[in-house]
Amino acid sequence: MVPSRHFPVLPRQSIWEQIPMNDGIAIIGFGYSGFARATRSKSYKELMFEAASNAYSDADIDVRKDVGSFVCCEEDLWEGTSIADEYVPDQIGAALRPTCTVTNDGLGGLATAFMQIRSGLADVVVVEAHSKLSDVSSKDDVARFAYDPVFARDLASDPLMLAGLEMNRFLHESGNDREACADVASLNMANGLSNERASYGGRSTPAEVLSSETLAFPLTALETSRPADACLVFVISSDRLAKASKNQPVWIRGIGWASSTPWIQSMDMAHAAYARLSSAVAYRMAGLAEPKADLYEVDDTFAYKELQHLEAIGVCGEGTSGKMIRKGCFSPDGDIPVNVSGGSLGVGHLVEASGLHRAMEACIQLRGQAGRMQIKGARSAIVQAWRGLPTSSGAVAVLEAE
Amino acid sequence: MRRRVAVIGAGMTLFRRRLLETGKELSFEASRAALDSAGVELKDVDSVVMGTAPEAFDGVHMKGEYLLDGAGGVGRPYTRVYVGGGTGVFIPIAAYWHVASGLSDVCLAVGEEKMSSVYPHPQGAFNSIFDQQLERPLGVNLVWIFALEMRRYMHKYGIKEEEIAEVAVKNKGNALAHPCAQLAAKITVEDVMKSEPMVWPVKRLDISPPSDGAAAIVVASEEVAKKLTPSPVWIDGVGWNIDSTYWTDRELAYPLYLEKAAKMAYKMAGISNPRKEIDVAEAYDPFDYKELHHLEGLQLAGKGEAARMTAEGITQRNGELPVNPSGGLLGVGNPIAAAGMMKICELFWQLRGEAGKRQVKKDARTGVAQAWGDLMQFSSVVVMRSS
Repeated sequence: MVPSRHFPVLPRQSIWEQIPMNDGIAIIGFGYSGFARATRSKSYKELMFEAASNAYSDADIDVRKDVGSFVCCEEDLWEGTSIADEYVPDQIGAALRPTCTVTNDGLGGLATAFMQIRSGLADVVVVEAHSKLSDVSSKDDVARFAYDPVFARDLASDPLMLAGLEMNRFLHESGNDREACADVASLNMANGLSNERASYGGRSTPAEVLSSETLAFPLTALETSRPADACLVFVISSDRLAKASKNQPVWIRGIGWASSTPWIQSMDMAHAAYARLSSAVAYRMAGLAEPKADLYEVDDTFAYKELQHLEAIGVCGEGTSGKMIRKGCFSPDGDIPVNVSGGSLGVGHLVEASGLHRAMEACIQLRGQAGRMQIKGARSAIVQAWRGLPTSSGAVAVLEAE
Repeated sequence: MRRRVAVIGAGMTLFRRRLLETGKELSFEASRAALDSAGVELKDVDSVVMGTAPEAFDGVHMKGEYLLDGAGGVGRPYTRVYVGGGTGVFIPIAAYWHVASGLSDVCLAVGEEKMSSVYPHPQGAFNSIFDQQLERPLGVNLVWIFALEMRRYMHKYGIKEEEIAEVAVKNKGNALAHPCAQLAAKITVEDVMKSEPMVWPVKRLDISPPSDGAAAIVVASEEVAKKLTPSPVWIDGVGWNIDSTYWTDRELAYPLYLEKAAKMAYKMAGISNPRKEIDVAEAYDPFDYKELHHLEGLQLAGKGEAARMTAEGITQRNGELPVNPSGGLLGVGNPIAAAGMMKICELFWQLRGEAGKRQVKKDARTGVAQAWGDLMQFSSVVVMRSS
């Protein structure tokens, strides 16, 4: 584990205890809609309806009877509506039911469902997240509004400013190089070619990635994920129902989430501290001595973030991720397959739905339904999400199929 | 699997129209007061739940992330929950599942709102809660739609404006004993009737004010709570429910979603006859008619009967069922997410017998707090019991 100036304490050992697999909580179904650069013929409500219908039929549940609670993940300004949770119930079957919003990435929604079930408040919980970025005409302005209005917003006339700074610092402290970041972008876009959900699959050589437009030095355009529309709905249940499920349940063995400082002036830009802490929590819960899994879906909002996150969650040591990608370790046929789905660089960035998308790609693999992308015999996955600029918040989930 | 959960500390800031403190600072002050009240330090806190209403107030995207450090979230699992005006009483529900699930022993729950950043008035920001195609072009605001609901409620049950005004008189009067109150006043029904009409039948003194403020509680597992205090206040029931977005298609005279949320919480708390078993209620009162409306939804009054209960003095602080002994939103103020948390704080103090001049006359053992939000569509309910 990398020590961090701003993150001295782990949660106390008394909590986040290991959860036995047979006492667990599982993903028993999921569904999606969209996955296009723009879904002009459908509203966000229609996307939600379609994804929810697909998820309920996949899980083989009657939403009117079987679901105890609904959790939606969204942020007002991406929705263009204040108190956006007003507009969620009808299209997912949640009217006159316990329903709430967490303003968090989809993995945070998964954690909320996990706690509700563990608390006995519900047996089955539905988690929804979506991106309708094609409706947002002022994406940069919205992103800029996430910066502190007094101390940081004026510096962020281009909200990517922080990504450039962070990338520089990460490369400087870790010893990785720009070529390694270009390799990530090149690999993930190539992986996207095998994924029917990917909007940005393609062949770009690392040299082409490096010579694409510089957005915030040293970050280039092809190292930056581009927006897409999609909706994802998950059905989570206690072991009682999971064991009777017609699908192979994917168990949530561990889930952790954490935040570091919101002050960009004092962020530890080299180490993704939020990822380190949330992974420590998730691994402890899952009883993992070391972060070993058959595949990894980690945040690659920017190419350098994938490397930074892999090092933070302990998949590789500090400063080694660059060498490993060069050796092909992270390729679909490598020892440590990372973002076989294409990640955000290949599929497109889905704002608050990004974490749920990564989890879904992992579930499809663990069910053995990934077609051309399938990692043979995949039984376990580690999924990591980040809330994007300028936050230092994120989550990690350990998923396993029997 | 479920663990018993208690509130072990509570704290709040002043509620005022305009405070100089930032949202982060307000969150800090309330959190600090709650931690002091519980006798714990931030290092003892395993996770943090934050609640705050629209980003449009602050003009900050991902406002939960912005408020993170003020609420003590740095270096911990931190989540913001958000259900419009219902957020205040939903924060302790989220804290409940952090602890009941076994994932935290101690959870800090914070509600914050800073409405004064919006110039000239937060009602401008509220236009953005409406449907982009169907409603926003009409130039609607909240007072407008609540006037419709108030009118429907009056019509359906034959209730007069004067009867509703009694609630404002009671709550603003109760708030005279609250040290944080913004609009405490001794007023009469005539004052309410003569106050400026906003959107008929809503008049200025029927409404709670826009406010800045924060309130926080410390929630702990049974094991930890018993070590730290001889008088934990248990969260024994939680419930929440949302109705359809299409409020124009609903019967506005009765909050069915609240009935469902209340029944969920009562069932969990083992309450079969709420009117007999609840000793004190903090019902959501951003408007005076809402207290009546909510008492009915909470099953504490029959449909259309809450006005009579109020007239008979049953809901007075020294009455048989004290309602909003704090002074409520009408008296203490309405910094949205913090206002709901203020009600949870009040129950904590009432059930421990620590409410001072506001202490209800009867021996209160069981209390209920409730908040309401979204497009007249959501309610959250918490049942608390003294040891």
